[in-house]
Amino acid sequence: MSAAARAVRPVSIASFAQSQNVRKDDERNEVEGLMPVIAEVFGNIGITKDDVDFICSGSTDYLIGGPFSFVMALDAVGVWPPRSESHVEMDGAWALYEAWVLLQEGEIDAALVYSFGRSSLGDLSEILTLQLDPYYEAPMWPDIVSLSALQARALIDSGKATEADFAAVASRSRRDALSNPKSQVANDIAPEVLLQDDYVVAPLRRHTLPPITDGAAAVVLAAGDKATAWSDRPVWITGFDHRIETHSLGARDLTTSPSTAKAAEVAGVAAGKVDVAEIHAPFAHQELILAEALGLDDSVAINPSGGALAANPLMSAGLIRIGEAAERIRSGAADRAVAHATSGPCLQQNLVCVLEGGA
Amino acid sequence: MADETTDQGPVTTLATPIRLDFDFTPGVAQSKFLRGLERGEFHGQRCSVCGKVYVPSRGSCPTDGVPTTEDVLLGNAGTVTTYCVVNVPFAGQSIEIPYICAQILLDGANLSFMGLLQEIPTDQIRMGMRVEAVWVDESDLTPSLASVRYFRPNGEPDADYDTYKEYL
Amino acid sequence: MAERCAVIGVGQTHHKAKRDDVSIAGLVREAAKMALADADLTWSDIDAVVIGKAPDMFEGNMMPEIYLAPALGAVGKPMFRVHTAGSVGGSTALVAAHLVSSGIHKRVLTVAYEKQSDSDAMWALSVPQPFAAPLLAGAGGYFAPHIRAYMRRSGAPDYIGRMVAVKDRKNAMRNPYAHLHLADIDMKMVEDSMMLWDPLRYLEACPSSDGAAAMVLAAEDAVSGNYPPAWVHGMAMRSEPTMFAGRDQINPQAGRDCSADVYRQAGVTNPREQFDCAEVYVPFSWYEPMWLENLGFCDLGDGWKLTESGATAFDGDIPWNASGGVLSSNPIGASGMLRFLEVAMQVRGQAGEHQVDGAKLALGQAYGGGSQFFSMWVVGSAKP
Repeated sequence: MSAAARAVRPVSIASFAQSQNVRKDDERNEVEGLMPVIAEVFGNIGITKDDVDFICSGSTDYLIGGPFSFVMALDAVGVWPPRSESHVEMDGAWALYEAWVLLQEGEIDAALVYSFGRSSLGDLSEILTLQLDPYYEAPMWPDIVSLSALQARALIDSGKATEADFAAVASRSRRDALSNPKSQVANDIAPEVLLQDDYVVAPLRRHTLPPITDGAAAVVLAAGDKATAWSDRPVWITGFDHRIETHSLGARDLTTSPSTAKAAEVAGVAAGKVDVAEIHAPFAHQELILAEALGLDDSVAINPSGGALAANPLMSAGLIRIGEAAERIRSGAADRAVAHATSGPCLQQNLVCVLEGGA
Repeated sequence: MADETTDQGPVTTLATPIRLDFDFTPGVAQSKFLRGLERGEFHGQRCSVCGKVYVPSRGSCPTDGVPTTEDVLLGNAGTVTTYCVVNVPFAGQSIEIPYICAQILLDGANLSFMGLLQEIPTDQIRMGMRVEAVWVDESDLTPSLASVRYFRPNGEPDADYDTYKEYL
Repeated sequence: MAERCAVIGVGQTHHKAKRDDVSIAGLVREAAKMALADADLTWSDIDAVVIGKAPDMFEGNMMPEIYLAPALGAVGKPMFRVHTAGSVGGSTALVAAHLVSSGIHKRVLTVAYEKQSDSDAMWALSVPQPFAAPLLAGAGGYFAPHIRAYMRRSGAPDYIGRMVAVKDRKNAMRNPYAHLHLADIDMKMVEDSMMLWDPLRYLEACPSSDGAAAMVLAAEDAVSGNYPPAWVHGMAMRSEPTMFAGRDQINPQAGRDCSADVYRQAGVTNPREQFDCAEVYVPFSWYEPMWLENLGFCDLGDGWKLTESGATAFDGDIPWNASGGVLSSNPIGASGMLRFLEVAMQVRGQAGEHQVDGAKLALGQAYGGGSQFFSMWVVGSAKP
């Protein structure tokens, strides 16, 4: 059943905050990194933890190197008296989805969503290998950059894109990041210059890879009177869906993203003009695949924040896309935006959120 | 011919050794605690909202969600709030069983933490027992809980149940 | 505004110390296929899949929904992964139920599992952290001191824990899926078992199991299946901080608040009288009397008296853990969902030999971490 087939309760992205994205935060632990972000997301709209009815977070133990990493992170909120609270071992974008589902029932009106990911603590490329089939793939330890290179190669061979296209995406993203004070990698380097980079894993050159990033993010969702009380210009979620594909890379056409296309269809991306898209494409070539799957044309401003190529805090990067897209609408720079998050090797799982500005 | 493989029976186990190395970050508050251990002292932190003293502080007050910023030097002695005797062997264990795992409320703190109790037979330990930390030699002190060898009874009379019942 | 939601299919594996006859995918499929068959549905009837388990380090497989998507028929569908420590099996069911009660989906498959034998769970729970004390206690070492504190506070005699250990293992003899089938269990056998974490003996602790649980949840206009549906009358989650000054770990506020919420939704004012049975997360024997008090089945300090009176036994007036409970099967991630699933089986009248006669309304409870995460639901044979 599509979301459009039932009455969707309007839910607003009432506030968004993110930490400074850095290569390695070796001063603060997870709790200390989260506290200022949560203080800011409440402070933006003058509320406290007592004003939200539900809390949901996204993170993964394997980044932190110990079980139950979300447990201590909760101390950044201070859940006393006890709160209705949940956690997903997924990007914070999915935590936001869980909170949105609860808000749909009309019993509660506000939720805090946060996520944290410290990608710097271990060898990220090795860690992500553990996402693969534990019997047939993981024992060979293919790293995530190599798998993404397979995808990029398939894209080139299909004739849909060239290395120059990848460089153009990277160049534009990091140039746009110059105006994003939270970004980690921002510069203005022409694609022709980038193409002189060495290959990391051919056909991926250095510039097509995301940085390794420590960061955290938070969002307050609001519905009903709270949505209008907390914002002069609520940013409504008008469509929301996520889909997953099969795991075996050999069974997928890596040059397309059918799960993104399906989620976009259910979320109703094509129902109106898209001004801005914040796409979670960790590798430059993935933006091209996703833009096609989302049905975006050249008029859409893609990743004005710089996207994941400018800062890729794992488990937060998807939630940040939703927050960045919402901020474009709140500022008046856009009226309708699409935000996207991904999980798994080579874009296996994708989430699409449509946002629209209200009065 | 399928028979050659089926004759050997199903594969039931596939061993994949996994080794991952992580650089942990103790953070601002825990660094203060660890630097204290390096000097043979317990340092806690007080919450500016509720006034409770946490040791070791992870940087926030768990109930108020605000940074704990005021450093508090705690005593070397404390009270056993509750305990268990560990009799079960398991991987990574570094102490000979049986041993006593005690929740210890340091004087001046509002949260107990788990510590090893020695120099007492396992059947003589009691809730409310007064204990003190025994540190490693000064030259061996490091910014780690390994600086505390263990806790032992300090000979003071047992604490009254009412003084620690909130910290069980 | 919320839509009605019902359990229309249940499935679980035979829980064992080591299920080396199946892969992780094979384990979850065993439970899922059984739930689909019970609901008289096929994979293609399912709109979304919600999966839950305890820490990924138990199997060494990070974010396993990624690898398990095709095995659970989730390709092209929404797939969601929940992790809320030991309460996760319950929380996973609740997230799935909200997908139905919010009106977003008609039929949702929810699965929870643990294949503990694939790794060393004790190790995964005690990964050495460089700043922590060089003192490892394991899960029992965390809970045993609180059990001692409960005994002190309530004045309970020491045989109460043994009574629970015997009762739940006897119940397990009626449940073909239970891990432990100890035909000769009695008080002496428990007393003679090894002291692990004094005051906790070996037979007063849960086993370590491989296993999975699955349910199909459906909206009112999508009900199908071999048995009448179990209607969800209330659902709630609550969390409190892990450690804080003055925290009551024996009677946690989060557990009290969670039950108050779920009772309010279900219109329950006297749980002992109104519920016909309950499945409650009791991994160590003493948690039965503690949770009896926490869940309001009796006054504070009287939990052990209820256990002692036989009220919670299979033939008592309020049977707790007729399935044998966590003390008889503990596939960690699935243990919470098994509690939720077992009460659905009871009100659907499909619990076989451990069926509580005429069960119409029942409570499922799961908790996790250091007793700071709770999830609960109330299911009934009548529509809410």
